[in-house]
Amino acid sequence: MSPTDVVSQEKTTPSRTRVVNDFSIQVATVNGSGSQTANLVLLRSILMMGIPVSGKNMFPSNIAGLPTWYTIRASKRGYIARKKEVDFLVAMNVETAKEDVMTLDAGAAVIYDEPLKLSSLRSDLTFYPVPFDTLVKEVCPDAKLRRLVRNMIYDGILAKLLGIDMAVMEQALQKQMGKKAKAVVLNQGALKAGWDYAEANFTKQDPFHIERMNETAGKILIEGNAAAAIGCMMAGVTVVAWYPITPSSSLCESLIGYMRKYRMDKETGKATFAIVQAEDEIASLGMVIGAGWAGARAMTATAGPGISLMSEFAGLAYYAETPAVIFDVQRVGPSTGLPTRTAQGDLLSTAFLSHGDTKHILLIPHSVEECYEIAMQAFDLSERFQTPIFVMMDLDLGMNNWMSNGFEYPTKPIDRGKVLTADILKKLGEWGRYKDVDGDGIAYRTIPGDGLPVFFTRGSGHNDKAQYSERPDDYVNNVDRLTRKFETARTFVPAPVVETAKDATIGIIGYGTSHWAITESRDQLLEDTKVSTSYLRVRAYPFNDDMVTFIDAHERIYIVEQNRDAQLAMLLKLELSPERCAKLRSVLHYNGLPMDARSVTDDILAQEGFEVAKRETSSASSSNYGGE
Amino acid sequence: MATPIKVNRIGLEPQVYKGGKTTLCAGCGHNAISERIIDAFYEMGVDPRQVIKLSGIGCSSKSPAYFLGGSHGFNAVHGRMPSVGTGAMLANQKLIAIGVSGDGDTGAIGIGQFVHLMRRNLPIIYIIEDNGCYGLTKGQFSPTADLGSKLKSGVVNDLQPIDTCALAIQLGATFVARSFSGDKRQLLALLKAALSHRGTVMLDVISPCVTFNDHEGSTKSYAYVKEHDEPLEEVSFVPFFEDITVDYDPGTTQEVKMHDGSRLLLKKLEESYDPTDKMAAMRVLHEATRRGEFATGIIYIEPDRDDFLRQLNIVDEPLGSLPLERTRPPKAALDEIMESLR
Repeated sequence: MSPTDVVSQEKTTPSRTRVVNDFSIQVATVNGSGSQTANLVLLRSILMMGIPVSGKNMFPSNIAGLPTWYTIRASKRGYIARKKEVDFLVAMNVETAKEDVMTLDAGAAVIYDEPLKLSSLRSDLTFYPVPFDTLVKEVCPDAKLRRLVRNMIYDGILAKLLGIDMAVMEQALQKQMGKKAKAVVLNQGALKAGWDYAEANFTKQDPFHIERMNETAGKILIEGNAAAAIGCMMAGVTVVAWYPITPSSSLCESLIGYMRKYRMDKETGKATFAIVQAEDEIASLGMVIGAGWAGARAMTATAGPGISLMSEFAGLAYYAETPAVIFDVQRVGPSTGLPTRTAQGDLLSTAFLSHGDTKHILLIPHSVEECYEIAMQAFDLSERFQTPIFVMMDLDLGMNNWMSNGFEYPTKPIDRGKVLTADILKKLGEWGRYKDVDGDGIAYRTIPGDGLPVFFTRGSGHNDKAQYSERPDDYVNNVDRLTRKFETARTFVPAPVVETAKDATIGIIGYGTSHWAITESRDQLLEDTKVSTSYLRVRAYPFNDDMVTFIDAHERIYIVEQNRDAQLAMLLKLELSPERCAKLRSVLHYNGLPMDARSVTDDILAQEGFEVAKRETSSASSSNYGGE
Repeated sequence: MATPIKVNRIGLEPQVYKGGKTTLCAGCGHNAISERIIDAFYEMGVDPRQVIKLSGIGCSSKSPAYFLGGSHGFNAVHGRMPSVGTGAMLANQKLIAIGVSGDGDTGAIGIGQFVHLMRRNLPIIYIIEDNGCYGLTKGQFSPTADLGSKLKSGVVNDLQPIDTCALAIQLGATFVARSFSGDKRQLLALLKAALSHRGTVMLDVISPCVTFNDHEGSTKSYAYVKEHDEPLEEVSFVPFFEDITVDYDPGTTQEVKMHDGSRLLLKKLEESYDPTDKMAAMRVLHEATRRGEFATGIIYIEPDRDDFLRQLNIVDEPLGSLPLERTRPPKAALDEIMESLR
C-alpha cells in the first residue's frame, strides 16, 4: 500500500466525513489463539479514553481452532447494544477472512494478516496489510510465546490508526496483565511494534477516529456473571452448589475467587461458606434446598439444560416451601448446537418449572448493576417467600464485559423472612408450619437445630400443621394458600421500569439484555421516523398492576424478546383480558446473537406499515460456524 | 408409689424417641429397623432436636415418620436424598443426619447421588432398607435382587445385583456394614457405633418385604436370609460415656477406637478377618456372594479419615446462623473490587 497524504485522500473522497467515537471494530480470530487479552486491552483503552464502549464475544463451543469474533463498539451517545454493521475489521483468521470481508458495508476498513491477500477482494474498502509473523519474530524471540503476543500487534496498529493514546493502551495492558511483569514487557513490545509499523507504512485512509471524551469517569468493566457473584457474596450467601455448564460456570468460579478473598474468617482463617461442585444439576439444587431448609442462604447457577434437570426438585421446593436461589444464564437450546450463543428462551419453562400446579418467581436483570442488586434481592425474596427464586440472565449479560457505574454498598439489612422465634411462638399460641396467620399466604418456618417445634417436610400432601394428609380439602387449602403467596409476591418483586412518552400511541415491552437494543431503537424511531414510543421494562414475574396500566395507555404494544415463541407475550396473555391481548404484537430475535437496535427498529416500522429497506446481515450473523 | 420414669443420659424418656404409627405392612422388616433406630438414639442419649431425618421415595423412605418424632424430617424426591442431606449438613454441621433409603431408591434412580455421597464421606448415617424389590409399586425387581431370585409371578432375575457395600467401600465410605432386620442385637450395636462415627456410615440392612418378596425362591425372604446370614464378627459397642472394662482376648477380638472415644469390640467369627483392610473386605463380600450368603457385621471401617465438612475448612459455627457482619464483607472490600475493575 503506497503511503498517501491524508489531506489529499480526504479531498478525493469528500463523502467520507470523519466518524468519531461511533463505530464498531470486529476482530476475527481462531479460538485458543490468545486474542482475548488483546481484545480486552483494546476495549479498556477506549473506555479509559472516556468513550462509552461495549464488547461482544462470539465464540464457538470449542477449546481451540474454530473461528471466533470479538466486536467492540465505541459510542459517543452511550449505546452499548450490539451494532450489526462492522466498520473496522481485523481479519486474522484464514478460514473466515474472505466471507468476513465480503459482508462488510462499503467504506469499512480492514487490517489483515498480509499472507491472506485480501485487498483484491473489494475496491470499496480501505485495506491495511500487516506482516504479523515477521513483526512478532522481532519482538518475541521465544517461538513458543509468539502465539500469545501476536495479537497484541493489531492493538498497536489500531491505536495508531484510530488515535488511541499509546500511554493509555499501555495502562490498559498493565491492568489486564496484572503482576505478570515478563508478560507485560513482551506485550508492550508487540504493541509498540504494531504502532511503529503503522506509523512507518500506513497513511490514514479510513474515516474512523477515537477522540477523548469524558463520559466514563468512575465506570467499571465487568461481566454479568461476576457482578451477580459479587451480589451473592454481599447478600451473605453461605452455601453454593453448582455443576459446570456454559454460560453459567464463570458465575460460580468468580464467586469462589471473591469468597476466598473476602469471606475467610479473620480469627480462624476458616471459610464462612461452603462451595461444592456437585455431580449434576439435580444434586446442585438438592443441596441448595437442603441448605436452605437448614437455614443457610444457598444458591446455584446453571443454564437451560440444568434448569430442566432441576424440574422435580423445583416443584418439591415450591410445595415444601424451601428457599433457594437459582441463576439461569440462558443460552440457546439443548445438548450440542449453540451452547455459546445467547437467548431468552427459558422464560416460559422456568415460570412453570415442574409438575402439578407450580408457579415460580422470576427476576430479570438487564445490566451488570442489576445482576448485582437483583442477586441480593433474590436471597431476600427467597427467604421472605420461602420458595425458589430464579434469576433469569443470559449469555450476553453473563459472559460479556459491560461498562457500568460502580456498585453501591448495600445499606439495608437482609430480610430472612418469617422465621419462628420463641417470642413469636408465644404470641401465636399455636404454630403450624403451613398455617397462614397473616393472610399473605406465608407461614412461619422453624429451622432444624433451633430447638423450636419441629416438622416433617414433604411434597404436596400435607395439612397446615405439616402432617401427612391426602384429604381433598387439605390439598385445596394448601394450593390456594400458595396462590395467595404468589399474589403477595406481585408487590414485593422489583417493579417494572416505565418511561412514558406523552404523545406515544405505541408502547414497547422488553426485558433483560433486549433493553440496550430497545433504548437505541426508540431513539432511531423518534429521530428517523418521528415515531414516539413509551417503554416498560419487565424486571420480574409475577407482573404487577403497572403492566395493565401501561397496556391501557397505548394503542399498540410491541413485546420485544429473544426467543421464537414470544414467551413473555404468552405469560402476559395468561393474565390479560382478550381486549388487551389484541393489542399485543411481537418483535422476536432468536439467531443466537445479542439483539441489535436496527433489527428492532426495522421490525417495528414494518409492522407499523413503513417501507423498510432490506439490510444485509453482518458476517457474524450469517456465518454458520459452530462446534461440539 | 409410682415407678420412677426411665430416662437416658440426657434425661429424656423413651417416648420422646418414638415416631408416628407405622403405615407399613405388619411384619415389614423396616418396622424392626425403625425400632432399633429408636433404641440406639435413646441409649446413646442423642438430642432429637439436633437430628435430621432424611429419605427419598419408597416404603423405606416413609419410615422416618415412624421414629424420632421430635426431630425435623425431610422426605425428598426419589433417589435424591443424599444431596438434600449434604446441603443440610453444609448449613449446620452440628446436626446429626440419618438418611433412610431403599434398594431401588439407592441402587436405581439414586445410584448417582449414592456414589457421590460415598465419595465425599459426608457425616451421615445412610441406611438402605434392602428387600430386593419395589414395594410401593407392588413388587418389581430392584437392582439389589440376587441372581436367580424369583418374583411371586415366577419371573427370575438374571441381572447382576449391585452390592451396595462393595460399591461403598470402593468409593471411599469409611464405615460400611451389612445387617439383617431380624438380628436385633447386631443391628443395635451397629447403629450405636454409627452414631460415634464421623464420616459416612453406609449400613445395608436386609429387610424382607413380607408382601412381595417373602416367598419360596426369593433370596431376600425371612427364611432365606436367616438361613444364609453369616456374621463376620460378634459386634459389641462400648459408648464413650460408659466406663466399662471389658475383658477380651486380643487374639480373637479386635478393638476399634471410634471418633468420640467409644470402642467397637469385634469378636471374630470369620478367622483372621480384619475390617480395616479394604482388600479383605472386598474379598469377603465377593466370596459370600459366590456362596449365596450374606456377610454381615462391620465389613469395613476407617475411623480417622477427615470428613467432607472438615475438608471444606468451614468455621465451627453453623453457616446458616452466622450473623450478617460475618457474611457480608465490609464496604472497603466492595470498594477494592470496584477499583480493580476500573
